[in-house]
Amino acid sequence: MDICKMTALELAGKIHSKEIMIKDALDAVYKNIDKFDAEYNCYISTCREPAYRRAVEIQARIDAGEIISALAGVPVSVKDNICTKDIETTCASLMLKNFKPIYSASVIDKMEAADMILIGKLNMDEFAMGSTSETSYFGEISNPWDKGRVPGGSSGGAAASVSAQEAFLSLGSDTGGSIRQPCSFCGVTGLKPTYGSVSRYGLIAYASSLDQIGPIAKDVADCAALFEIISGKDAKDGTSMDFPKFEYPNVTNGSIKGKKIGIPADYLGRGISCDVKDAILNAKRELENLGAIVEEFAMPIVKYAIPAYYIIACAEACSNLSRYDGIKYGYSSPLAENLKDTYIKSRSEGLGMEVKRRIMLGNFVLSSGYYDSYYKKALMAKKLIQQSFFDAFTKYDILLGPVAPTTALKKGESLSDPLKMYLGDIYTVMINIAGLPAVSVPCGFDKDNLPIGMQLIGKPFDETTILQAAYVFQKATDFLKSPADLQGGLS
Amino acid sequence: MQIGSDLVNYLEALARIELTDTQREKCKSDLQDILSYIDTLNELDTSGVEPLSHSFPVTNVFHEDCVQESKDRDGLLLNAPFKKDGCFKVPKTVE
Repeated sequence: MDICKMTALELAGKIHSKEIMIKDALDAVYKNIDKFDAEYNCYISTCREPAYRRAVEIQARIDAGEIISALAGVPVSVKDNICTKDIETTCASLMLKNFKPIYSASVIDKMEAADMILIGKLNMDEFAMGSTSETSYFGEISNPWDKGRVPGGSSGGAAASVSAQEAFLSLGSDTGGSIRQPCSFCGVTGLKPTYGSVSRYGLIAYASSLDQIGPIAKDVADCAALFEIISGKDAKDGTSMDFPKFEYPNVTNGSIKGKKIGIPADYLGRGISCDVKDAILNAKRELENLGAIVEEFAMPIVKYAIPAYYIIACAEACSNLSRYDGIKYGYSSPLAENLKDTYIKSRSEGLGMEVKRRIMLGNFVLSSGYYDSYYKKALMAKKLIQQSFFDAFTKYDILLGPVAPTTALKKGESLSDPLKMYLGDIYTVMINIAGLPAVSVPCGFDKDNLPIGMQLIGKPFDETTILQAAYVFQKATDFLKSPADLQGGLS
Repeated sequence: MQIGSDLVNYLEALARIELTDTQREKCKSDLQDILSYIDTLNELDTSGVEPLSHSFPVTNVFHEDCVQESKDRDGLLLNAPFKKDGCFKVPKTVE
């Protein structure tokens, strides 16, 4: 019995029936990390001692027959921009190397209350800025399907670790596609929840109006189970919203018969690779076979999504990252001689180039003389983008599209050309701008046998409908493969 | 929109960031590429459109004015690069 091949819910079932001891699950996953992570670099740190200590406590309660959550005893890995009390939280930056938060994010508290066990912190693009996981101060991550390729980003470690069976499931964050795109590149499933459905308290801010924490897992059911645990209004996040409690069993009991699904035709236009387009059209036929009514519709505003996104995200980033001053916490330059020098040298030495570029772009769009023509214009575009989605949802229950125009890129391809990297976000950023939920699900393989993902986009706070459709699709198809199952397995 | 060296210098000053000469040149051309692309937004007709800040309507959140535990001083100073007598230590600010 290979524990690491199991889904989180399968493992939880065996832990609850005492077929598997929690300690054995920890041994198994840490063994895989020790075996593979020198190659993939998914983790920035592991926290074995507290994990084993927690395992003893939870095992005792399970042995005593106490009532437990659906994922009790399951090891979980967390992107390193989510604060974990007394455990280093680096944002993959020199700026926060050695930073130990004095509190945990609300999602961490919720997972602890559900008796899940934190096993490590995952590598990512520095401050979640990037789509390839190549900007980490702690080194690039490799895609388990092809080590010469990127895993996507910015939650590259969160997706790659699940794909490589170095994690059962993980938490990522998604500001413009940072959960969905790496899931697509690594062949795993991830949910970007509705803005306001998961507390951002303790998520190190990149672009606060767009950031959202969400689950990454081997399949839809695992994602849904973890989403149930982490979602809900939180007094500590003023933008978190009240909405009917999400219950994951509804996901596995649903059907898509008679559901209307729309595909924005502009999602299949210029720039998309043939293999990705074919996979989406095959998925369309599959969904039709399952009883859904699928049609294409025009959504011309797609071409303005990237400009609007980068203006808004960078504007918020430059404001959020002004807190890194070399004084309260984080890196402080040893070369600084006065206060202004402390700011300038600490930031110049402590932050990477992609982060600096976005901070500077943010300063530009907010600076006097440019504010109206850039920042304000982008907020008006945001209104129109959201309206386009709301119009579509008067006709459709769900929208379907690709996650990214291509499969995983070769390393180094977009690092030298930031604009090229930004353009790869075309299908994902709009969902953050509109605040909607979307789930990324494997839907095929390209000619190089690299996974392709599709996203199902839903109405605000209607994660249930998209997860039901994704669940039915996964049941009917056979795309949930791990590179570990390939000939030769992981090396 | 043309990006000149003066503008890059100005943005560095606003951002409290100092680039090396090589970084500055690369940053200038990258910003030029990005802003040229961003300028396609000018084609979008936004006349009469209200700017949207929050995706969903949010209202001010009030709670009872009651005493709650706050973080302790030692904890807050734990990550400070330099500290002295229970305070953050900074370089001299007044001559």
